[in-house]
Amino acid sequence: MQSNDELTTLQRDDLRTIASIMIPASVEYGVPGADDAAIQADIIATLGRDGAAVRSALDHLARLAGQPLAMLESARRNAVVAEFRTTGGVAAATLSRVILQCYYRDDRVLKSLNLEPRAPFPRGHQLEQGDWSLLDAVKTRAPMWRRAP
Amino acid sequence: MNDPVDVLIIGAGASGAAVAWSLAETKMHILCLEQGGWMKPSEYPSTGRDWEARFYGDYSPSPNIRARAEDYPINDDHSPIKVVNFNGVGGSTVMYTAHWPRLHPSDFRVRTLDGVADDWPIDYDTLAPFFAENDRIMGVSGLAGDPAFPPTQPPMPPLPLGRSGTRFAKAMNKLGWHWWPSDTTVATTDYEGRARCINLGHCTPGCAQGAKASTDITYWPAALRAGVELRTHCRVREITTNDEGMASGVVYYDKDGVEQFQPAEVVIIACNGVGTPRLLLNSTSGRFPDGLANSSGLVGKNLMFHPYAQVYGYVDEPTDSNRAPPTCLWSKEFYETDLSRGFVRGYAFQFGRGVGPIFEAVSSEARGLLPWGAEHHAVFRKLNGHRLAISAICEDLPEEHNRVTLDPVLKDSHGIPAPRVDYTIGENSAKMITHAVAHAKEILEAAGATDICMNVPILYGGWHLLGTARMGTDPERSVVNEWGRTHDVKNLFVVDGSLFVTSGGVNPTSTIQAIALYIADQMKQRLANLFD
Repeated sequence: MQSNDELTTLQRDDLRTIASIMIPASVEYGVPGADDAAIQADIIATLGRDGAAVRSALDHLARLAGQPLAMLESARRNAVVAEFRTTGGVAAATLSRVILQCYYRDDRVLKSLNLEPRAPFPRGHQLEQGDWSLLDAVKTRAPMWRRAP
Repeated sequence: MNDPVDVLIIGAGASGAAVAWSLAETKMHILCLEQGGWMKPSEYPSTGRDWEARFYGDYSPSPNIRARAEDYPINDDHSPIKVVNFNGVGGSTVMYTAHWPRLHPSDFRVRTLDGVADDWPIDYDTLAPFFAENDRIMGVSGLAGDPAFPPTQPPMPPLPLGRSGTRFAKAMNKLGWHWWPSDTTVATTDYEGRARCINLGHCTPGCAQGAKASTDITYWPAALRAGVELRTHCRVREITTNDEGMASGVVYYDKDGVEQFQPAEVVIIACNGVGTPRLLLNSTSGRFPDGLANSSGLVGKNLMFHPYAQVYGYVDEPTDSNRAPPTCLWSKEFYETDLSRGFVRGYAFQFGRGVGPIFEAVSSEARGLLPWGAEHHAVFRKLNGHRLAISAICEDLPEEHNRVTLDPVLKDSHGIPAPRVDYTIGENSAKMITHAVAHAKEILEAAGATDICMNVPILYGGWHLLGTARMGTDPERSVVNEWGRTHDVKNLFVVDGSLFVTSGGVNPTSTIQAIALYIADQMKQRLANLFD
């Protein structure tokens, strides 16, 4: 029996389809699309508090499409997606965010962006000092704060 | 019933910690009740691969989104600026950018200098030693010699300019406008048991390195060593009074949800500019039917936020992005009043280094800058790691219709009425924002940025909660006197941002803590006749 917290098969299919429309795979950049199995698994596993909004968005999408999104011919599918983005409100925005936040933490995607696929802690990052001589021009300014009585 | 204490502090954030530490030397029995718990740095977002995603969930700055057990809901539907805060030991110093300017001397004399609002009953010089003491304890990094401010001596050197700061500095020099490396509470050297910054970058929702000062790792360890008791997961419902009209203690819910009464000789409120009026308004009695300490009718009124205007764009070379503390530079070029601008008072610019990939993707997609489909990848590569952002922190003037009241319907998990915020941006602030946006654009263009965008006001930008229990010498025009004691109840004190008379145009935490230390010092000097 399916839990209320889980996505239905149709919802999963539509999630995968809309993710592929949002971020398709790219040979040029050597990255998977957002419909990649690992990225989809990450989305579903980490829905958490966003689950209700995502299910609501997918239900809205299903109503607009009238059948699985992937089954629509291209022009109709594009029209449905455009309407979904226009009318989907907070739920649609949440769906977009959860796709993006899982896509842009995928190891393959981060490496393609020359970013290290790791948590910031404990290694941190290097920050260059920059050009402190630029401050010389400011140091010569007269005091500019107002004296108060 | 709990044993009575000499001093009861409500709230363990910026001001509660400072006042607890300062009063500890009196050896009185001091107890602090905090609705949240101790933070675990090992669980901060920057320790995990989901570090950016948690900003939209359990580490959102909005208590309504975050909705942790420690949080209380806030009805901010009637405000263009939403309240952001953090509840736990350390309060909002756990979740802040660590930007550390002080209010200027002119900020304490706005009526005299500019003919608006009211002068404060205290001045910068009075607070100066407490600013310095606070800088030492919190651990401040910065550079002495800023021509826009009276002399200061930050104990640690400033954060590096980095790529983003250098680019901004060149732009500001081209325009001939003031800039200076920001004072921050990010440790640039090992400092008092804190490790130096290693540029985790995701500083705001808690520093796993412990380089960013929050009072759970600065004031509280010292206060606890000195004998202060801190009781966590205790949410205060109301302050009680006795037949003499003095505060007698508080009713609170303990960690098990059991109602408790805690008697106290002195009560100090340190719950921020929303939590403090909420508590006072919820502390009604036959003697105080409109809420405690509210004979002026001003409890909850004059709420000031600092409307933030954020303007950002994209440059051709990589910025520091999320790989460094967000704090960078500030500018006070437009801080002091110049009537030719069409408004009084002014604002500070705060320069940001950039954002991480998920934040870039989510915000740019929402704005329509980042397309869906085949073009997505090419556009994202132009945006990601190339953002430069400027935030203008605009001084908000006190207006009584901007206020905190008790929501008639919404309640927290203990059934305590939630605060409701009614707020509009005033005419002077609106003119200031327009000026700030135009000049921020000019800076970004001088820096070579394109695709300039703005968030005006920043929706989730209600970091600074000020003015709702204002300080003054006139009991009809203020809630507390010039040393933080309420006019109406002589053993009840307020030490947080509620008592600000005006807001200034800078992040207020440094000033909030300096005032808390000043009030504690006043109390210590007056112990023999504190209630006279």
